[in-house]
Amino acid sequence: MSRPPGVRLPEGVRVAVLLAPALTVVAVFAVAGLGQALAQSLGYQPYLSGWRLSLDAYRALTADRAVVAAVGLTARVALLSTLLSAVAAIGLALLLRRLGRGRRWAALLVQANLAVPHLVGAVCMALLLAPSGLLSRLAHAAGLTAGPASFPELVGDRWGIGIVAEYVWKETPFLTVLALTALGRGADDLADAARVLGASAWQRLRRVTLPVVAPPVAAGSVLVLAFAIGSYEVPYLLGRPYPATLSVVAYQYATDPDLRQRPVAMAVAVVLSVAALLAAAGYLALVGRLARRAL
Amino acid sequence: MVPPALAALAAVVALLPLVPLLVWAFAGQWRYPALWPQRLSLRGVRQLVDPANRILPALALSVGIGVTVAVLACLLGFPAGRAVGLHRFRGRRAVQFLLLAPVLVPGLAVTLGLQVFAIRVGLADTVAGVVLVQLVPTVPYAATLLGAGFANVDREYEAQARALGARPWQVLSRVTVPLVWPALRAALLFTFLISWSDFILTLLIGGGQVQTLPLMLFAAVGSADSTVAAALALLVVAPPLVLVALNARVLTGGNGAAVGLGHW
Repeated sequence: MSRPPGVRLPEGVRVAVLLAPALTVVAVFAVAGLGQALAQSLGYQPYLSGWRLSLDAYRALTADRAVVAAVGLTARVALLSTLLSAVAAIGLALLLRRLGRGRRWAALLVQANLAVPHLVGAVCMALLLAPSGLLSRLAHAAGLTAGPASFPELVGDRWGIGIVAEYVWKETPFLTVLALTALGRGADDLADAARVLGASAWQRLRRVTLPVVAPPVAAGSVLVLAFAIGSYEVPYLLGRPYPATLSVVAYQYATDPDLRQRPVAMAVAVVLSVAALLAAAGYLALVGRLARRAL
Repeated sequence: MVPPALAALAAVVALLPLVPLLVWAFAGQWRYPALWPQRLSLRGVRQLVDPANRILPALALSVGIGVTVAVLACLLGFPAGRAVGLHRFRGRRAVQFLLLAPVLVPGLAVTLGLQVFAIRVGLADTVAGVVLVQLVPTVPYAATLLGAGFANVDREYEAQARALGARPWQVLSRVTVPLVWPALRAALLFTFLISWSDFILTLLIGGGQVQTLPLMLFAAVGSADSTVAAALALLVVAPPLVLVALNARVLTGGNGAAVGLGHW
């Protein structure tokens, strides 16, 4: 407080001091957490004596049919959810922009959806899609099905349809907000200019609107993809024990009373983290290349 | 006109999953294949306030943890937001990436590793441990949101206040905080919502001993009593809906792009 005015810390030191609290949290928790997971997956066992460094946990992974099935299911569910959400969000954003009075209601609906926790979303989907859920009752009332058994399996199914439905329902509004924000920044002027220059509706969409919307929606899609890869409660409630997603398998191993299964749980956690980061990096690189080509 | 019809369809799709939740919460009996319950009742609501179910203590605990996490995350994220938003320094992009990393890496993976530390230092199964682990996703989120807020701040206002003789804390409370208030308000709101909605971090570090509302809901879903599960789900979803409605203008303002960065 008593520092004389005019004498100030060098810029670099000031920045370091400002960043210290937040980066400490990130470093201590995230790095220590991931480091510990990696160490334990390689055989480090803080609870047991006589541990040794090995790749046994990773060998156990590749030999476990549940894990192999989980990799396929997780990739399918995450990619499908992200793709469907992104396409639906761009379509919805273009639609909402053409609405007149309805726009404020639409914005309200989108925000309401953003506020719903995924756990509640999963409960909603279960009550909607289960064999005796609302959709099944509507199908019965319409004469499409004879009973719960003839309604298609949408919850606890092999393909993770219920999981994808929940992710798309929750993530589309988030991506729509990003698309609308981008469209609000002068996209109309650009489209008008293109119209004056004789561009057709399709050309305006492909050459003007989509290039404006794609970067923020792509960035948001990375978050959706990473979330869909690592989320636990949604695939637990809407999926089945086998094949389950990687997150559910990791938890199954972690809660195994046999402590020797712990390294395998950690190995799944490491695979999960690497997958999320690789997916994010790969997705960004791919979208970057596509965006350059479109322009 | 095609757009209004399509928009109406989109609205129906958006709202449809909430319909069975609302109806089940007040259903006394709702057998397949009826489209409406045979009997309505307030049993679900009565179960929520029944002391034997310990739901109200869980509500209080969720509010307490959420408020603590939001305040701590914004306190820790505020200086970092200032650094990222106002300063140009080497490694700024690396810092921004580091702040994004906890959002990308699954919380389940990080927390499985952290469990060992929590057990070793006695934070496992405690409220303090749950608060600390929830800082992992919330601090980077608050820093990123506040960084976007600080980017719009003109430092000249602070310089003028200083030149007029304001003390450092006066500059902070009278100039800086009001200037970034929209971003700070959004950061407080969303860090609270992340904490409020968290399930897996609380389960792993709290060990089932720290019973927040999402843990109660998860247990209720397994009990096959749809009425109680739906009523509890309504209790979990109501506060976020009210908070988001009250802050609708903050959300539609300049922070639109950052909304939803943290998943809850």
